[in-house]
Amino acid sequence: MKYACLIYSDETDPSANPDPASPEFAPIMAGYMAFGEEAGAAGVLVTGEPLEPTSTATSLQVRDGEVITTDGPFAETKEHLGGFYILDCDSLDEAMKWAAKIPHASSGTIEIRPVPDFSAP
Amino acid sequence: MATLCRDLGDLDAAEDAAQEAAAAALTRWLDDGIPDRPGAWITTVARRKAVDRIRRERTGREKTELLARLEEPLREATGSATDDQLGLFFGCCHPALNMEAQAALTLRSLGGLTTAEIARGFLVTESTMAQRIVRAKRKIAAAAIPFRVPEETELFDRLGVVHHVLYLVFNEGTYPTSGPETTRVDLADEAIRLSELLATLMVDDAESLALHALFLLIHARRDARIDANEDPVLLRDQDRSRWDPDLIRRGQAQLDRALRLDRPGPFQVEAAIQSLHDDATTPADTDWAQIALLYGRLRQFRPTPIVALNQAVAVGEHEGPAAALSMLDDPSLSEPLTTYPHFHSTRAEMLRRLDRRAEAAEAYRAALATIEHPADRRLLQRRLEEVSPEPP
Repeated sequence: MKYACLIYSDETDPSANPDPASPEFAPIMAGYMAFGEEAGAAGVLVTGEPLEPTSTATSLQVRDGEVITTDGPFAETKEHLGGFYILDCDSLDEAMKWAAKIPHASSGTIEIRPVPDFSAP
Repeated sequence: MATLCRDLGDLDAAEDAAQEAAAAALTRWLDDGIPDRPGAWITTVARRKAVDRIRRERTGREKTELLARLEEPLREATGSATDDQLGLFFGCCHPALNMEAQAALTLRSLGGLTTAEIARGFLVTESTMAQRIVRAKRKIAAAAIPFRVPEETELFDRLGVVHHVLYLVFNEGTYPTSGPETTRVDLADEAIRLSELLATLMVDDAESLALHALFLLIHARRDARIDANEDPVLLRDQDRSRWDPDLIRRGQAQLDRALRLDRPGPFQVEAAIQSLHDDATTPADTDWAQIALLYGRLRQFRPTPIVALNQAVAVGEHEGPAAALSMLDDPSLSEPLTTYPHFHSTRAEMLRRLDRRAEAAEAYRAALATIEHPADRRLLQRRLEEVSPEPP
């Protein structure tokens, strides 16, 4: 059973998302490295990527055959999607256990969404 | 142990066997979850272990006799120990589900209530309740919410969710938020049945036992709590001869079992408070000093203004209305409770006893402004008239 763990946090809050050049950045990176290693060693980690800030986002819609692009994220919210993991776990309990270890769980929110398996008979 | 002693006729052998079985049980349960009757399971395993031991140690006729005595109950006990009801509790009360869904699923799958009955219990339409259940079931399937006993590190928190759900169901049955009592399914009875089942499954969890005890000790007063007009009757005005002595006895026995486990918790304190109320044959007989102390203890577990309010009520009975009023007027208590009706009615009551009638009337009006339940409103209205000056 695959779960997407969507990492939301306030990208304007320097304590949650410090500048990469600042000394506060290193411990958060180290936290992600440790998570990647632990989840990888446990055979749970399928993939995971960080995302550039929402200031780099482009939103796109096609309406009546016409492409409409907007500079910015889909929704203006206080917390932003900053990255994600795909974890392969045997139950929601296991996924929750792993999600709680994602560094931004303590400053932001991890949304856990089951990934449907369309290949199943 | 009693079962084993009877079967084995040998206390030492029974003790050894029970110990071996308990060790085996712990290992098994951590993997497979706790069976529906852990007691029966232990007995069954202990019997098997005893049979092994007897085979090893005894000879001849003695051995044959003992084995023959063991065989019958062995078959009897093995039949029913597999169904994992506890896993159902934890699955239905999974923290990833909302509380309404948790309560509905628990009543449905463990209480055996129909969707229509649950809907009546919570005063929603059947289609609303059906939708709620369908949505929850869909999430359970899609997100693979497990129906098993959680890992030991999570057990305490997860058990807290189960307790909370049962508490909610019991409260909804005992103090309905709205609607006429007569049309409701008895959720209090359901909560008692479910808490009894949980207490049977979690015999070593003091709080699970205490929750069952608490329900029994409150439920014992049910017939006295409502008068002929279906208006609520305050504890001190209740006809205590209508309290159910059997429920009180059962509740107190269950609380004793919980306390003997020596793992203090908030439900044990709550049950102890209710037990003291049930013990009092007249309102004057109530051990308010002890109750006030217990509320102080409860505040350590649950530092909420509502617990503090209840403590103030006890202090008011024990030390007098002035002491209670000074607690109530502490901003840490009064500020978060400005919209809580019971806060104003308690304050009004203390002011009335101090004969500060104008302030009491004002407080009764504040209570009436926040309360909706018609029966509660009638009671407050009567009190307001009592403290209001006689018309000329």
